[in-house]
Parts: sequence; structure tokens; C-alpha cells
Amino acid sequence: MTISAEEVKHVANLSKLSFNEDELQDFTVQLGKIIDMVETLAEVDTTDVAFTSNVTDLINVMREDVVAPGWDRDELMKNVPESEDGFIKVPAIMDDGEAGA
Amino acid sequence: MTKLYDKSLVELHDLLVSKEITATDLTQATFDRIKETEPTVDAFITLNEAKALDLAKALDLKGISESNVLAGIPIGIKDNIVTKDLLTTAASKMLYNFTPIYDATVMDKVYQADMIPVGKLNMDEFAMGGSSETSYFKLTKNAWDQTKVPGGSSGGSAAAVAAGQIPLSLGTDTGGSIRQPAAFNGIVGMKPTYGRVSRYGLIAFSSSLDQIGPLTRSVQDNAFALNAISGSDEKDGTSAGRSVPDFTAKLTGEMKGMRIALPKEYLGEGIQPEIKEAILKAAETFRQLGATVEEVSLPHSKYGVAVYYIIASSEASTNLQRFDGIRFGYRSEDVQTLEDVYIKSRSEGFGTEVKRRIMLGSFSLSSGFYDAYFKKAGQVRTLIKQDFDQVFQDFDLIIGPSAPNVAYGIGENINDPLAMYLSDLLTIPVNLAGLPGMSIPAGFSEGLPIGLQIIGKHFDEQTMYQAAYAFEQATDFHTKKPVILGGGK
Repeated sequence: MTISAEEVKHVANLSKLSFNEDELQDFTVQLGKIIDMVETLAEVDTTDVAFTSNVTDLINVMREDVVAPGWDRDELMKNVPESEDGFIKVPAIMDDGEAGA
Repeated sequence: MTKLYDKSLVELHDLLVSKEITATDLTQATFDRIKETEPTVDAFITLNEAKALDLAKALDLKGISESNVLAGIPIGIKDNIVTKDLLTTAASKMLYNFTPIYDATVMDKVYQADMIPVGKLNMDEFAMGGSSETSYFKLTKNAWDQTKVPGGSSGGSAAAVAAGQIPLSLGTDTGGSIRQPAAFNGIVGMKPTYGRVSRYGLIAFSSSLDQIGPLTRSVQDNAFALNAISGSDEKDGTSAGRSVPDFTAKLTGEMKGMRIALPKEYLGEGIQPEIKEAILKAAETFRQLGATVEEVSLPHSKYGVAVYYIIASSEASTNLQRFDGIRFGYRSEDVQTLEDVYIKSRSEGFGTEVKRRIMLGSFSLSSGFYDAYFKKAGQVRTLIKQDFDQVFQDFDLIIGPSAPNVAYGIGENINDPLAMYLSDLLTIPVNLAGLPGMSIPAGFSEGLPIGLQIIGKHFDEQTMYQAAYAFEQATDFHTKKPVILGGGK
């Protein structure tokens, strides 16, 4: 199967990534080749074969629900790119960024 | 002072205990050595000089414990392992300014063992790549030939140890990222069983495959290091509640009665002839030591690369959603809307290979393709695991090459992602099955090291070290050094 430039755009959208036309072209060709390679899996008979998501035998790992110290707020804010009054600052959400929301 | 930079851990320990040198001397000598060789190797992203010297001085005051071989030993840390108050970038522009406020569990263990972390090592961006060329920051060179790649993704971890900058480093391995660079640099690299070492504080690439492990110049050094970093951790729900044996306990040279399997698929098409020859010779060495070596088949191993690139990329596309420009890391300046913060920060912050993997992962998980790609890959993963289970009913270990080729030229494969992916074919199945795998020196091709891969049963690293040590003692590959470490041309 070959992947179309439109499909690559759709996947970029899902991934929150944007590409210019040249990059889109390159990615369409490269992803097409990679997808052709992974499609060799179609020849394997997997009827009734279980799905493996994790190789440990662990199911639910429980611990006692004990109160323990959490993170210091000021410490946590150290890596925030932009903040104001102890809050993380981002562009306005509701009005698509226009002022006066 | 005598040269300290090519000594083993036990030799350094003896010097420290006898007080011929102090931990401060050793730490200072390490930074001198790094500064002298770094223009040639380019292995480090960040040095930790002031804090390392403070730690060494404090240790000198406390005294070196005679029973702890690792006390005062300098260690380098791959830059996807978070280190409190020390820049941690995962070699990405996305984290160019990220200074963690906590330590990974392996770092707690490094400190508990009184090791001295000297810096953060270069790697492929977010550990995605096999040559360390996708790093945003620098191009690390192979210790043996500076025109060749060091392998990847733990290329800095391998080159720094091979070049004698440090005796020990931590790397991470998702599809071969410890074993292949260890092979390319002629050193010992161990990817432990999935769950042996806590992943808490490892910047996640593919959570069901990632594992942290040590890289060293000898098998014994490696076993000491794994002793220190292993163990269950309540902060990592997938870490195993298993007791940790002493991995140095069976370094005896004894091989009689050991049953070794050699999969025919690991010596098939695409393997360089010199490598095939070296592995067959290694099999002969094991036979002379009293082991049996028989050919077996792992029929589904040829699908490993396809399964891996679906599973690892799918997990990566999910794990890397956290890099959104909001709470930490790179945020684009050119933003009007919240959507811009996400899209522009990610598009400007991630490099091409990372974007390629995120795209492949999003595609495999997307509506309409999930069954044919992600679900199918998870089923074939089961078959790959069953192949190994079958062989391990009759054998103690599996051997083969660590990589199909020796180190190649810088820039040679960077524009052909598919070729780069296919070269992981020998290491990937081990991660998919959660098994331990290691690489040890086993020969040379045109002056570049060849790695022998040893694969063990789940949680049986001890037997792997036993065989690796016996092989090391019976051969002289590990005694050959690169020029930068004093070896001849």
C-alpha cells in the first residue's frame, strides 16, 4: 500500500506536527517505504494468536495507600516556559487567541 | 601519577583502598582525561565537574569502603536518564533547557554505591537511531576511527568508555541501543531482562521495550555495575519483584556442560562475511571450553524489525505527547493560539527522525489501520517470544552477532532510514521478548571491532556473565585497544 500526501497530512494533524511541502513530499515517500516493509507481517498466520503488549507476568501492582510528601510547587514551576502569579501561562484558549476574551 | 584511564574497576578500587590515590585524585584525573580527549570523541553533552569533585571530596572524608568496588568510581550517564539539578536533554532541542527536579531511580543507586557521576552522554535524539547522528547537539565519533559512527543510540556511552574517558557508563536499550554501540566500540554492553532495572526517571521512548544497562571495558566490571543498579522499585510498576543475585559470583571460566544455541537466521543474508566467521570461531571457542553449541531456528525473527517499528513507534507517539511546550522544555516564540503552542513547539523542537517515528506510530494506531498494524504486530510479537521459549527449553544461552556490520562512515546511512532500521535485525527480537542480551568483543574486521551477542533466559544474566567471562579469558580481543587508549595502529 502506498500512503498518499493527504493521509500523511491527516496523520501529521493527529500528531500535532506540521510540515512544509518539501518535508511532506519526503515523508510521504519514506513512510510509504517503511509501511511496505512492515506489511510483510500480513503473510504471518496469526489466527488465535494472543496479543502481547507487555512481557512481564505482572497484572496489577498494588501498594498501600499511604500519604507521602509530594512535589514542591516552586520547584515544579522552575521548568515552565512562561508563568504569571504562580500559574502556567498560555495563549487564550476560548477565542482562538484574539485579545479581549 | 600512573595512567588511571585504562584501569579496571578492581584495579582502581585497590588504588583507592590502599590510599595510593584519593577519590578526588581519580575524579580530577577523569576530567583531565575527558578534556584531553573530548575534541576527538565528542561523547559528552554536559559535564558535572563542580558537583562531582564535591562528591569525591565528601567521599574521601567518609572513607572508601573496602567491600564496595564501585566507591569513588567515575560514571557517565546517558542523557535520557533524568539527573536532579543537572541538564537532561535526551539530545533534543525539545529539552535543551530542561533541568530535572528529581533523580531517576538508577541515579539514587549510583549515589548509594558512592559512584561519582561525571556527566551526561550524547545519544540519538530521544534514543531514536542507531548511529548517534540524530543528536541535536553534536556528532560523537567511534573510539577506533573518528570517521566512523559510534553506533547508537547509546553512542556517547560506548565511545566514552572505549576511549578511556570513563571506566563505566549507563546506556539504554530499546532495540539494540546498548549492544550495537558496545559492539561498534569493542566493549562490553549489557541490556538486562525487562524489569531488572527500574525505568523510573528514564525519559520513555517505548515503555514495553526500554531498559537501562551498563557499558564497561570488561565483563567483571559490567557485572559489578549491574549488581548496583538492579532491583525492584515501587516507582516502576513493571520492575520485577525478583531478588538480585551477585552477578560476579560465576566468573570462574567454567563452561563444561553449558548448552548454547546458534540460530541459523542470525548468520543469514546481510551479515558481513568477517562477522559470520568471527561468530563461528566464537562457537568453536565455547566448544573447546567444554560447552555444546548447536544450530537452532528462530523462524519468526525475520519479522522482528517490522514488529518493532510498529510497536516502538506507536508507544513513542503516545509517550512523546507530553512534549507540548506547556510545562517544560522548548516553547515556540511564534504563537498566537494554544494550538500553535502545541504544533509549533513540537515541529520546531523535534528532529526529523523523531517526527518520522511519531508519524509512523500515529498512523499504526489510527482508526482503520489499528487492526492491520498495531494489533498484528502485537500478535507476531507473541510468536517471536514463543520461538525463544522453545529454544530455551533445551539451551542455556543463545549466541549470534550483535550487528550485521561493523561501524560505518559518518553520514553514510543517515538519509536512508529504512536501511538504518533493517540493521537492528539481530538485537530487536531480544527486546520484543523482554530477554537479557549482551555484546562482548569477538574479533575485528578492517581494524574495527566485531561484537558477539549473548542472549539469556529471563533474569538469568548470571549465566550470561559466566559465559562472557569464560570467553573473554580464553581470547585476547579485549586486550586490543584503540589508538586513543594507547593501542597500536
